[in-house]
Amino acid sequence: MAGEAFISGVGMSEVGVRLTRSPLGLTMDAIREAVADAGLTLAQIDGVSTYPGKMPSFLGFSPIGVDEVIEACGLKTRWHTGAAEATAQLGAIADAAAAVKAGLARHVICFRTVYEAAALARPEAFPPLERRRDVTGNSQWVSPFGAFSAACWTAQFATRHMKRYGMTREQLAQIALNDHRNAALNPRAIVKQPLSLDTYMAARMISTPFCLYDCDRFTDASTVVIVSAGEALDEVTSTPVRIAATAGSVERYSWDQAEWASAYPTGRDLWRNTDYTVDDVDLVQFYDGFAFQPITWLEGLGFCEVGEGHRFIEGGTRIALDGELPMNTGGGQLGWGRLHGFGFAYEAVIQLRGQGGARQVQGDPQVAVATSGGGPMAAALLLARD
Amino acid sequence: MTWQRSRIRLDDDNRAFWTGGREGRLLIHRCNDCHGFIHPPREVCRHCQSENVAPHVVSGAGRIDTYTVNHQKWAPDMEVPFVIARVALDDAPGVYLTTNIVGCPVDAVDIDDRVRVVFEEQDGIWYPLFEKVD
Repeated sequence: MAGEAFISGVGMSEVGVRLTRSPLGLTMDAIREAVADAGLTLAQIDGVSTYPGKMPSFLGFSPIGVDEVIEACGLKTRWHTGAAEATAQLGAIADAAAAVKAGLARHVICFRTVYEAAALARPEAFPPLERRRDVTGNSQWVSPFGAFSAACWTAQFATRHMKRYGMTREQLAQIALNDHRNAALNPRAIVKQPLSLDTYMAARMISTPFCLYDCDRFTDASTVVIVSAGEALDEVTSTPVRIAATAGSVERYSWDQAEWASAYPTGRDLWRNTDYTVDDVDLVQFYDGFAFQPITWLEGLGFCEVGEGHRFIEGGTRIALDGELPMNTGGGQLGWGRLHGFGFAYEAVIQLRGQGGARQVQGDPQVAVATSGGGPMAAALLLARD
Repeated sequence: MTWQRSRIRLDDDNRAFWTGGREGRLLIHRCNDCHGFIHPPREVCRHCQSENVAPHVVSGAGRIDTYTVNHQKWAPDMEVPFVIARVALDDAPGVYLTTNIVGCPVDAVDIDDRVRVVFEEQDGIWYPLFEKVD
């Protein structure tokens, strides 16, 4: 397995809303769990990768960077990166895979720590942003018009899908319903109860066609994935999962000019980078910060034709745990929490190892796709236990 | 809408766009060499890499590429619902402006509706909004 990259360990902190444990504390919880899961020690870690890196000006969006992790863990790294201009969240894991394949590191901690709910609840420690003064950069092109949230930006493209292809709210609802159903089986998820279609249809609107249940919500958590070189697998005691292929793209960094379609080129590229095909995939973990994004991933990766994603999920049976293409088996971001991309890689590994407990997909799944983004930016991982 | 819009920090790149409304003009950066439009405005043409770029007056006519009706009060003084739209400009191919559609009920807006620019001034910034054209 020389020249290959593997996920050797996964870990996660407590996942919650308005947690009191510090962001670094949560990050350390996830690191300890992941390192132990891999059967490694911190002394064996020689790389760190994160997305987007520390961003103190965005409250709890990314309070921990490479710096804090290297310091707290006493690491001597040979390679590290934390880049907001990466393809998308899982690009941090794709970059780590490239690094270990190139021999730049043997074991890389990849992490994502979010603290948005706690930051909002503790204004004394995280002073609220003045979002309406001295606006610069990309936000100047959207926020003056009340489009403060990615919900408003993404909703416009969901509207277009409805008008162009006939998607209905009942079809879109299947993402949230499936997420809630699976989250109720996941002890770490924020959501504890399934959601009915009636409750979904009666929910208040955020930005049409998105209602409350179509949007993820601020979460406090840290998720860690350890990427190891094939050459270093003899040091690992877990069941490693191979990163069989990666792909990523950015349409435009000027998000207001993008067509919210980056899942399509990224989906095509993923299959160019592997001998596996879409027919080999046993389950998928699709980024769902907003319920529309999994629909573009289904189409972009070729599970259905463009403009057919909403019909693919209609009724919800096909994407259920016992369906032909189980999706977001841990609850996705609408059910598990806004883990911001890394939860999808974590859950794919859990499923491919058969460690899903009550939510485990039956039939010994071996190949999974995990994605992040899907609007103006996208990253995808093909993971295989082969 | 009467709520306080985001106040822009003006710089050499964006000043023409945000203040052109004072003379009733919608100004979009254009390359004087290849005549391609550059938005957001930057000092280098994204089509041919020329640095011979300058604000160019466009007609302000366009069509709604897509839209959403926003119901969430993202700020306490916001009056909801209102329409956020992505407008394609007739004479600036490839440029889209995120904006509000004003002067009509929120349920009167649809994709491909014809619109034209109207400016709303707040504190020295002229925000380009759009209204439907019959």
